[in-house]
Amino acid sequence: MKTKKPTPYNQLSKEEFFLSGHRACQGCAEALAVRLVQKAAGRDTIVACATGCMEIVSSPFPFTSWNLPWIHVAFENTAAVASGVEAGLKALMRKGKLPQRDIKVIAMAGDGGTSDIGLQALSGALERGHNLTYVCYDNEAYMNTGIQRSSATPFGASTTTSPAGKKVPGQITWKKNMPEIAVAHQIPYVATACPSYPIDLIQKVQKAISKPGPAYIHILSVCPTGWRIPSNLAIKVGRLAVRTGIFPLYEVEDGIYRITQKTSKLLPVKEYLTIQGRFRHLTEELISQIQERVNQEYELLLKKVAMTQGEKKEE
Amino acid sequence: MKGTKELLTWKEIIPGNVILNPGNAREYRTGDWRSQRPVWDFERCIMCGMCYAFCPDAAIFEREDGYYEADYYYCKGCGICAEECPKKAISMVEE
Amino acid sequence: MGKRRGLEVSVGAAEAVAMADVDVIAAYPITPQTHIVEHLAELVNNGELDAEFVPVESEHSALSVCIGASAAGARTFTCTSAQGLALMNEIVYIASSMRLPIVMILANRSLSAPLSIWNDHSDAMSVRDTGWIQVFAQNGQEVFDHIFFAYRVGEDPKVSLPVMIHVDGFIVTHVIEPVEFWEKEQVERYLPPFKPISRLDPERPVTMGAFAMPQLFTETKVAQDMATTQSMEVILSAWEEIYKITSRRYRPVEAYRTEGAETIFVVQGSFGETLSVAVDELRAKGEPVGLVMPRLWRPFPFELFRSAVKGAKNLIVIDRAISFGGQGGPLAIELRSSLFGLPAPPRVINFICGLASRDVTVEDFKNIYERAVDGSKAPVFQEDFQFYGVRS
Repeated sequence: MKTKKPTPYNQLSKEEFFLSGHRACQGCAEALAVRLVQKAAGRDTIVACATGCMEIVSSPFPFTSWNLPWIHVAFENTAAVASGVEAGLKALMRKGKLPQRDIKVIAMAGDGGTSDIGLQALSGALERGHNLTYVCYDNEAYMNTGIQRSSATPFGASTTTSPAGKKVPGQITWKKNMPEIAVAHQIPYVATACPSYPIDLIQKVQKAISKPGPAYIHILSVCPTGWRIPSNLAIKVGRLAVRTGIFPLYEVEDGIYRITQKTSKLLPVKEYLTIQGRFRHLTEELISQIQERVNQEYELLLKKVAMTQGEKKEE
Repeated sequence: MKGTKELLTWKEIIPGNVILNPGNAREYRTGDWRSQRPVWDFERCIMCGMCYAFCPDAAIFEREDGYYEADYYYCKGCGICAEECPKKAISMVEE
Repeated sequence: MGKRRGLEVSVGAAEAVAMADVDVIAAYPITPQTHIVEHLAELVNNGELDAEFVPVESEHSALSVCIGASAAGARTFTCTSAQGLALMNEIVYIASSMRLPIVMILANRSLSAPLSIWNDHSDAMSVRDTGWIQVFAQNGQEVFDHIFFAYRVGEDPKVSLPVMIHVDGFIVTHVIEPVEFWEKEQVERYLPPFKPISRLDPERPVTMGAFAMPQLFTETKVAQDMATTQSMEVILSAWEEIYKITSRRYRPVEAYRTEGAETIFVVQGSFGETLSVAVDELRAKGEPVGLVMPRLWRPFPFELFRSAVKGAKNLIVIDRAISFGGQGGPLAIELRSSLFGLPAPPRVINFICGLASRDVTVEDFKNIYERAVDGSKAPVFQEDFQFYGVRS
């Protein structure tokens, strides 16, 4: 008879809020990320969800995969809807129309709903300082409508509106840096996360919801369908994104940067790129361009860490 | 998801098309999508729970004896559990 | 009854919203709606109104905030005009489909282009089919009374729909008028606390805003249409109660001097007041003329309208919006269709005028009357409509 040793994984809460029966594709790491975020946030949570994959897979009327109060309104306004929920609860509790209770408000949207069409509403909500956590599930394209490029699609990726052609090698713009845009709002908490690192993700969600004011979490959510990888590799590919430095895991707490998954030496980006169908067409030259860019951005991140950590020590 | 709920009349619809039963999509058998099924080798399994943590479909549950297993009603057969198992205790078997 | 106060109509509207104990206000600045929200912001910041004032970054977000707050169980208010309404249009439809009793004042203004901040009904007509209960208020008192009316009707569990109050921009919103306030107790008695049918609550999780497949979509829309049509009963009783409190009688279709009228003007909004003067002057000369004003725009009171114009030979419908390439203005098109098939329907003669606040005087209305009833003076009508007062 074996004895069960506690691990962070077998000690996770058994409560589920994004339930089985949802219609996400096989191996969808975004669905996993949603499951983990809601596990971390717990029962006293209201979710506002943008139009997109997660909305479609979870709410075919009259059925729902949500074991939480959940509202979907439109594509670009999730941050505003969540602002309204927060403002409504605040007013009702202050006026004694509802009993005082700590209810967390979580807004969720994809990369299109966040860095493209929802950017204005998000900026407004962060600037106004609502007490909510905004989670961007970034699968790097408009997957729900059929893998069209977004401003979060990385350089070189082939999508249906940035196809790898004879003349143009897929997406020719660099991924918009959403976490930095959130940081520029000087909100209490910004973090990147990836469900390949579930414990890191859960800790960040818990930190985000426990801090008063707005928080922003940007979750790289591997999409086997859109990235053209086998469904069983979704976790592995997410891990490679982190270990190559393409998607570093860090947090910015009250302006202070901290890398939460440290890597002594980054793996070459090639290891990440070549296992994905969307990058299959990339030449050595393009791969080295990407490598150079990743090195630069990672260096910059390290500088921000050093600079802000330095300030922290001075205090 | 077959059943009478798909054929609600307009009078049966709650104002605003609100759904009152949380998680009632559990009726939907996503296990039908599966072409491969994960099978556990309990000799190798160390009950670490990684398969449970990484399942996008919340389709892996902890048994009373502490081992993990898939609920085949929901398991879509993605193979993440088999890929991520640190002890290679899970293998994917053709349906 | 409460005190009579002389104040700007926008300020009166804001005071009524505050008296209705609103919980969340979300708005974005646009002329001529601004004075309403400015006054609400002032009341909140002076501690005279306990509410969340959410100064959003767009009208799209204004209504989205109201949706979130209303879904959480709060009483909400927003207001906008023209371009702001056009920007929030997507959400205007969703608010009614989600059956959330948000109240909005639309300070009516022309839609661009060319850009115009002035008043007409092109914005009002652009949201005709959005599923909101819609009323036209002609003056400060009507606006004030209809704030309470809007919450009472919209929040009635039998209705549960958003309500839009149309108010002519500048012409009404910016004038100083005497407004008779209600006593606090009268408001409280008339307007019970908001008890939503469904609410976002972790104790009882619900899903709001699910998508529907074709086999259910039509049923959801029929349920919504039935609720809109059946709101009439609640609307009538809400006006009846206002009559009991204030002795002011509001009706879905207002009629003025229509007894024995052969020709009846039909108009919405503040033009009604000018037109009533024209009708008086024409009547003094022995002309058989009257005036009908559909106050309730959605749900449209078809039967009441038909009986209000019964016996008339001519209807002169004044539109303040255009249906480009269509058969005149939206009001005329709607009314003509509602009369079709009656045994002896009146002729519908449609004039489009007063766009972007262009003045239409008593003399103009008399001139319109003369053109309409005297065949020899009538210029050629294309599809029975013409623009009035246009340089050619």
